[in-house]
Amino acid sequence: MSTVVARRQGLTGNDAVALAWRQINPDVVAAYPITPSTQVVERFARYLADGEATTEFVPTESEHSAISACVGASAAGARVMTATSSQGLALMHEVLYIASGLRLPIVMAVATRALSAPLNIHGDHSDVMGSRDAGWVQLYAGTVQEAYDLSILAVRVAERARVPVMVCLDGFTLSHSLEPVLVYADDAVRAFVGEARTSGYRLLDGEGAGPLTVGPLALPDAYMDFRRALANAMGRALEVIAGETAAFNAHFGRDLPVHLEASGLEEADGALLLLGSTADVVREALAGRSSASGRIGVVRLLTFRPFPAEAVRQALSHVARVVVMDRADSLSTLGGPLGIEVRAALYGQAFPPAVTDVIYGLGGRELRARDLERLRALFQEEPVPGPVYLGVEDG
Amino acid sequence: MPAEPAALPWRDLDAGPVLPGETSRRFLTGDWRERRPRLDLDRCVHCLLCWLYCPDTSVLVAGGRVVGIDLDYCKGCGVCAAVCPPSAAAITMVEEER
Ligand code: SF4
Ligand code: SF4
Repeated sequence: MSTVVARRQGLTGNDAVALAWRQINPDVVAAYPITPSTQVVERFARYLADGEATTEFVPTESEHSAISACVGASAAGARVMTATSSQGLALMHEVLYIASGLRLPIVMAVATRALSAPLNIHGDHSDVMGSRDAGWVQLYAGTVQEAYDLSILAVRVAERARVPVMVCLDGFTLSHSLEPVLVYADDAVRAFVGEARTSGYRLLDGEGAGPLTVGPLALPDAYMDFRRALANAMGRALEVIAGETAAFNAHFGRDLPVHLEASGLEEADGALLLLGSTADVVREALAGRSSASGRIGVVRLLTFRPFPAEAVRQALSHVARVVVMDRADSLSTLGGPLGIEVRAALYGQAFPPAVTDVIYGLGGRELRARDLERLRALFQEEPVPGPVYLGVEDG
Repeated sequence: MPAEPAALPWRDLDAGPVLPGETSRRFLTGDWRERRPRLDLDRCVHCLLCWLYCPDTSVLVAGGRVVGIDLDYCKGCGVCAAVCPPSAAAITMVEEER
């Protein structure tokens, strides 16, 4: 193992993603800078300028063009990456569906951020949740280490599941915070990701293969079959993620959780369930404390798409109350996207826990001590059908 | 329009929608047409503007001269008639009859 872990290094989330990219050395990166993901591409461009990677870098004039270039390059058989945030991801929206529909294993880092209006550059999950039904796997980092790890893992998941993958890291909280990170040796990373797998679209391959049509018209007699195949691939991606995470852990001597990380659930009466970096803060705040409502565990999902329903059901099988913390709102009055999906996953269970959905942290709003008090108090209150808005006057 | 599902075996579609090249040649789109271009070759000055602007390569040219319209693919958009120089006015759009 000593040759696998090369060093321990202070890195921001964006640095960590760029470093992973340098080690992977993809064939093509096409990107347009946007806060807070800008430095991913800046740092990577510096690696290229210093001759530390041989990637074809395509600086585009918009995010729509960036992901379009990724689609073209990936269809040609290249291993392709990009990074974006917020409005940039929204501008890519149309092409996200094309990437997944064409079954292209593109990997994208998203430094998550609020959406306008009002204009806000800070972290929440509104941008990535807007893309949750686009047929991309979504993996959420909880730490800078995980942003690095998932960037490497995503390559194998995308190429083996034959669907594109987003690696989501909380804007600023992870993208700009320095953490000590275990960095693997370049050779170890290269050995893990291996050569790019032919996607089946390797246009430059094969003698006299002739021209190909990628993404032709499919009328009602054919379209639905392709969508069914994509749905199947997403279902299969859950197993692919589990298998590749195990391979990752064996290769690098790590303990990256599969789909979710549950802590303090033994003898817990309730659980907080959430995505991303807030889990660490909440876990610290709750550690060792039992309130009047009993002990509270924390469940953090790494996989959000496809939704790991069975793992969620198992993790929550012994608790009576769940408070889901959503860092985005669906504006449906039913709650945030995570809360709605957790409820759906639990529906039909013999004795499902009662679920309260909390919307918090929009546009970078901090979790304060009084918010944690409110969270604890929620475990004693009757669940309400709609969401509770944490950190605003009167919820 | 095809009505019956082709019952594609979706389990075999894991590589996504990829076909050999030039399959659009086999897909005749002319039946979308509401109007058809009527070409008067006596008036045509062979400026080839219609050939240049036709979005569907439906204007047939041989030896640098317009020789007809390929109605298998022509959608009847009328662009050819619109760009044909008024002095020639060699193309008029007429009601499609089926
Ligand atoms: S009507 Fe449109 S499609 Fe048909 S020949 Fe004229 S320009 Fe081409
Ligand atoms: S635009 Fe009119 S004049 Fe020119 S080639 Fe076409 S039909 Fe003839």
